[in-house]
Amino acid sequence: MSSSAFPRPIATTRSATGISTGKLAVWWLIASEIVIFGGVLGSYIMHRIGHPEWASQAEHTNTWLGAFNTIVLLSSSLSAVLAHNAAEMKDGKKAAKFLWFTILGAATFLVVKSFEWTHEINAGLTITSHTFWSFYYTAAGIHGLHVLVGGIIMAVIAVDAAKGKDLQRVEAVGLYWHFVDIVWIFLFPLLYISK
Amino acid sequence: MSDPHAPHADHSKHYIKIWIALLVLLMVSLVPAIIAQQLHLNITGIVVVTAFAVAFIKAYLVIKHFMHLTIEKKYVGFLFLTMLAFMLVFVGGVSPDVMKHEGQRWTNDAAKKVVDEGMKAEKAGGHGEPEKH
Repeated sequence: MSSSAFPRPIATTRSATGISTGKLAVWWLIASEIVIFGGVLGSYIMHRIGHPEWASQAEHTNTWLGAFNTIVLLSSSLSAVLAHNAAEMKDGKKAAKFLWFTILGAATFLVVKSFEWTHEINAGLTITSHTFWSFYYTAAGIHGLHVLVGGIIMAVIAVDAAKGKDLQRVEAVGLYWHFVDIVWIFLFPLLYISK
Repeated sequence: MSDPHAPHADHSKHYIKIWIALLVLLMVSLVPAIIAQQLHLNITGIVVVTAFAVAFIKAYLVIKHFMHLTIEKKYVGFLFLTMLAFMLVFVGGVSPDVMKHEGQRWTNDAAKKVVDEGMKAEKAGGHGEPEKH
């Protein structure tokens, strides 16, 4: 079969449901993520209410580093939506530039998290030391994995966007990124402020 | 407010304003926590309520202005509400067992023991002690 028969990835741009299929797939992905993160965070909240003594463990989390990472993620969400804005104006190069800024935010977030975890693990606060830390490393770890995966996907899309190719993907990856940001918006008060 | 999906329109300034609002809200959630920490005040209720109220407002701003969910096809919103309903069913079903350690005809002795020991350790200044099972 010649490639000219299917010159574009139809599945990502058609819109039988009123939403382009690629974007609809991301909405479904986010819907599944709500259950994943909702399950972890819901379990944490219930345990935290049932175990007031966990407050003494939560005192060890670093509020300043958590706040710094919140600023980083909120700023990376801004650059993601600015990339979408540029893509809407068919400016692929500008969209790619903003996506790289978002990737820089993702990298900064992960570096800060690594520093934070190293410090905590060296202090004996490991995933097996207390149930609080089991939840802490699980919730923040799953979130960190999403940041890493988002950064990698964004790099692939940024390379294409710079060539003006498949600009509709810029919005799709942006939606995913904003969801990752929202998860952190709730993780921050749960793990760093409620002490 | 202009339609953020209008073709070829530049909405950069609008997005920057939302970002500034998000940063201001972050500061609002931090202030009670910092005051409580610096002055050693026992205002945990105020700190937690403020932090979560701000978190919901921040999430709303991101969903509305960055994800544009409010102008998306309505079934996407219903899809998310369905997922949140699943979460409520899960939490509603499990919470009595997890959050309470005794009822009219039952008691969770192991959980009560862990809480009692933890609270005693906290009073004795034993922060960071590993859990004993």
